[in-house]
Amino acid sequence: MADLRTDFIGIKSPNPFWLASAPPTDKEYNVVRAFKAGWGGVVWKTLGEDPAVVNVNGPRYGAIHGKDRQLIGLNNIELITDRPLEVNLREIKQVKRDWPDRALVVSLMVPCEEQNWINILKQVEDTGADGVELNFGCPHGMSERGMGSAVGQVPEYIEMVTRWVKQHSRMPCIVKLTPNITDVRKPAQAAKAGGADAVSLINTINSIMGVDLDVMSPAPTVDGKGAHGGYCGPAVKPIALNMVAEIARDPSTHGLPISGIGGVTTWRDAAEFMALGAGSVQVCTAAMTYGFKVVEDMIDGLSDWMDQKGYTSVDQFVGNAVPNVSDWQYLNLNYIAKAKIDQDLCIQCGRCHIACEDTSHQAITNMVNGERRFEVIDEECVGCNLCVNVCPVEDCITMEAMTPGSIDPRTKKTVEKDYANWTTHPNNPMAVTEAAE
Amino acid sequence: MTQTKAGPDIVAGRLPEDVYAENFSDLHPLLESHEAQVEADRCYFCYDAPCMQACPTSIDIPQFIRQISTGNPTGSAKTIFDQNILGGMCARVCPTETLCEQVCVREVAEGKPVKIGQLQRYATDHYMAENDTTPFTRGAATGKKVAVIGAGPAGLSCAHRLAVHGHDVSLFDAREKAGGLNEFGIASYKSVDNFAAREVEFILSIGGIELKTGMRLGENLELSELRASYDAVFLGIGLGGVNSLGVEGEDKSGSMDAVSYIADLRQAKDLSKLPVGRRVVVIGGGMTAVDIAVQTKLLGAEDVTIAYRRGQDRMNASEYEQHLAQTTGVKIMTWAQPKALVGANGAIAGIELERTQDQDGSFSGTGETITLPADMVFKAVGQTLVQTDLGGSLTLEKGRIVVGDDRQTSLADVWAGGDCIFGGEDLTVTAVEDGKIAAESINAALSA
Repeated sequence: MADLRTDFIGIKSPNPFWLASAPPTDKEYNVVRAFKAGWGGVVWKTLGEDPAVVNVNGPRYGAIHGKDRQLIGLNNIELITDRPLEVNLREIKQVKRDWPDRALVVSLMVPCEEQNWINILKQVEDTGADGVELNFGCPHGMSERGMGSAVGQVPEYIEMVTRWVKQHSRMPCIVKLTPNITDVRKPAQAAKAGGADAVSLINTINSIMGVDLDVMSPAPTVDGKGAHGGYCGPAVKPIALNMVAEIARDPSTHGLPISGIGGVTTWRDAAEFMALGAGSVQVCTAAMTYGFKVVEDMIDGLSDWMDQKGYTSVDQFVGNAVPNVSDWQYLNLNYIAKAKIDQDLCIQCGRCHIACEDTSHQAITNMVNGERRFEVIDEECVGCNLCVNVCPVEDCITMEAMTPGSIDPRTKKTVEKDYANWTTHPNNPMAVTEAAE
Repeated sequence: MTQTKAGPDIVAGRLPEDVYAENFSDLHPLLESHEAQVEADRCYFCYDAPCMQACPTSIDIPQFIRQISTGNPTGSAKTIFDQNILGGMCARVCPTETLCEQVCVREVAEGKPVKIGQLQRYATDHYMAENDTTPFTRGAATGKKVAVIGAGPAGLSCAHRLAVHGHDVSLFDAREKAGGLNEFGIASYKSVDNFAAREVEFILSIGGIELKTGMRLGENLELSELRASYDAVFLGIGLGGVNSLGVEGEDKSGSMDAVSYIADLRQAKDLSKLPVGRRVVVIGGGMTAVDIAVQTKLLGAEDVTIAYRRGQDRMNASEYEQHLAQTTGVKIMTWAQPKALVGANGAIAGIELERTQDQDGSFSGTGETITLPADMVFKAVGQTLVQTDLGGSLTLEKGRIVVGDDRQTSLADVWAGGDCIFGGEDLTVTAVEDGKIAAESINAALSA
């Protein structure tokens, strides 16, 4: 069995699966249950200053469901912990003492004044916690008070607060980033400049989950009104993966440890975040949907996959996909693929045909010799992959690369063996041309 | 032959009172909203969908299922009614396993089709619960009068479509109640809660249709007179006659006609008052045979056997219906044909069957016989058109009325549809389609 032990910026945990700072980590009772279930670590729900915040007493969550009520996306308008600071600190201390092998990081959010940070850091240090995570991400409620994502959206503030934290504390510092910005590299760069040991991302995304058409109010609705909340769960994973990758491959932040967050539901999701550079992952929605037991298969599945691939420790594959994250302009334009439909697997639903016919390249038949039959017309197929995506049968339609030297029936040109991209393409007005004689 | 009792054992009330309601409850209860959503989500929204091609009324099935999926069951029902105004009954009685669901790509892929019939019922039941009338609006009055004979599926479909076009329809039926086989023939567990009558009311609500019951062609209605007093006539008269077994002893008591027994059963106010034999033998292999066998079993008959003269694969009853019979406890005996109904004192005590064989396509009796004790023997070997009712004026083939693609008969002002026409499939849904096509053709003729 592969070794899942993780050392993330000096914080050790038996596996890379941490619970994110959120309701599941708000108190000792839950955290102990999580550790008993096998979670490698937790980021304790964000502490603030007393008096504690208050939450709404109506719905705090909204959801997007699949037809069988599968929870695809969740949002929340819950604030940071609403329990007294002293209670949280006492429990953190106790839990760390009882579970020394697990990672226990404490999330923090206080106003942007140096003294406020000095005060709380001192108290957290006394608990023996392994590190702090700066919550610069929460997009609702706290941001209206100049905290959370209001800080995360201003790189200068991120750098400033991070610097205070590093200056006044010996603890490892993770900066949690908000996705509610245009370029996630900027806040990551600021965190690094401030001395952050790592970044974690993504926090939740500004969202309205739906509109109650009877009362004409956004959901979740509190007494007829709604406010945007933070979106998370499986639906946000693609956005999170991209942001993690952007930071991992940016020369100025490359190598900065990342704790990946955003819709991690299975071991495979976790492996994908890690392949894009995350040294640990944080989970919330999967646990809030199914309970803490989901970690068992995360551990087992990741370990099994690592065994199959011959990885003996997680650091052997963390970041391995990063070199392959490229810019469009460097993609190989000489690579030519055609869709191929396996007629034995085809159930003749015709979705590939209508998708291609109505919205793409008219490259799939619906009739051949008077019979219902779906075949790719290579002369028209641009290899776009839409048919693969809409086909309900796995592996029925595949994209097959053309062999160099053969003729592409669409363009009537020879498929070139050599790599060539947009930067040198003749249609590109900015193309890098060879130096004039 | 074992004689367990001196006379035939035919009595009512074989079961405890509360068991009847349970036995004759809905075969497929209405899907709950969540079940319908999940089932609708299984539909792939196929292009040029095979299910739609297989539907005799060409209902846009992917569309109506998508409308259920999007939370628009009213729109879904409109999509259904647009093609099939008896979509509610068809959802209950269509042999979907040999029509839409047989060709569903998910049947092809995984042997589990989308439950199209049950989804159709979900939508149509929703609509009929929420609305008093059909989604159609009656067109401006044309002043034309059409006589529709037979208020079964074909006649109802035709009358409704004609009314939509603004014609005045007189809808005649021989029985005291409209509905035809929907009311008198369908197995009762497929149409509970008086659905057939409610559907008739729903259809008639379009207006412009005058229902006249107790009017039988050949008795108090003459085709020639109808032709004289109406602009057009549609015949949806079904098959009024029943084939006999043609064997000795058929006149004995206990020798029964499945169709009329089912009609009695359907109209019975109290099933515990309906006499049924302890031992029942059904002769036939179609839907009616299964319907009578299953229902007598559910009425408390101890021992019910369907005897069919060929192999099970040749039975007209679908595989699903055969399984329904067998899981209800009905025995299916194949390769056996009736030879004589035996008994004493004018009542049957059993049936003598001859083993049959099919050798190189040649069907014959083997001479070997077997006698089954029986208190009731039902004949379910097909129905016939009562030709005398038609006054000899129509072209017939194999005892049924010949029609063209537009369901026009050999008489220019007479159309026909449903079981009475030649080449039909004897299904509710094809009858509905016949009525619809005929109505469009009649409308075209009257508008010309």
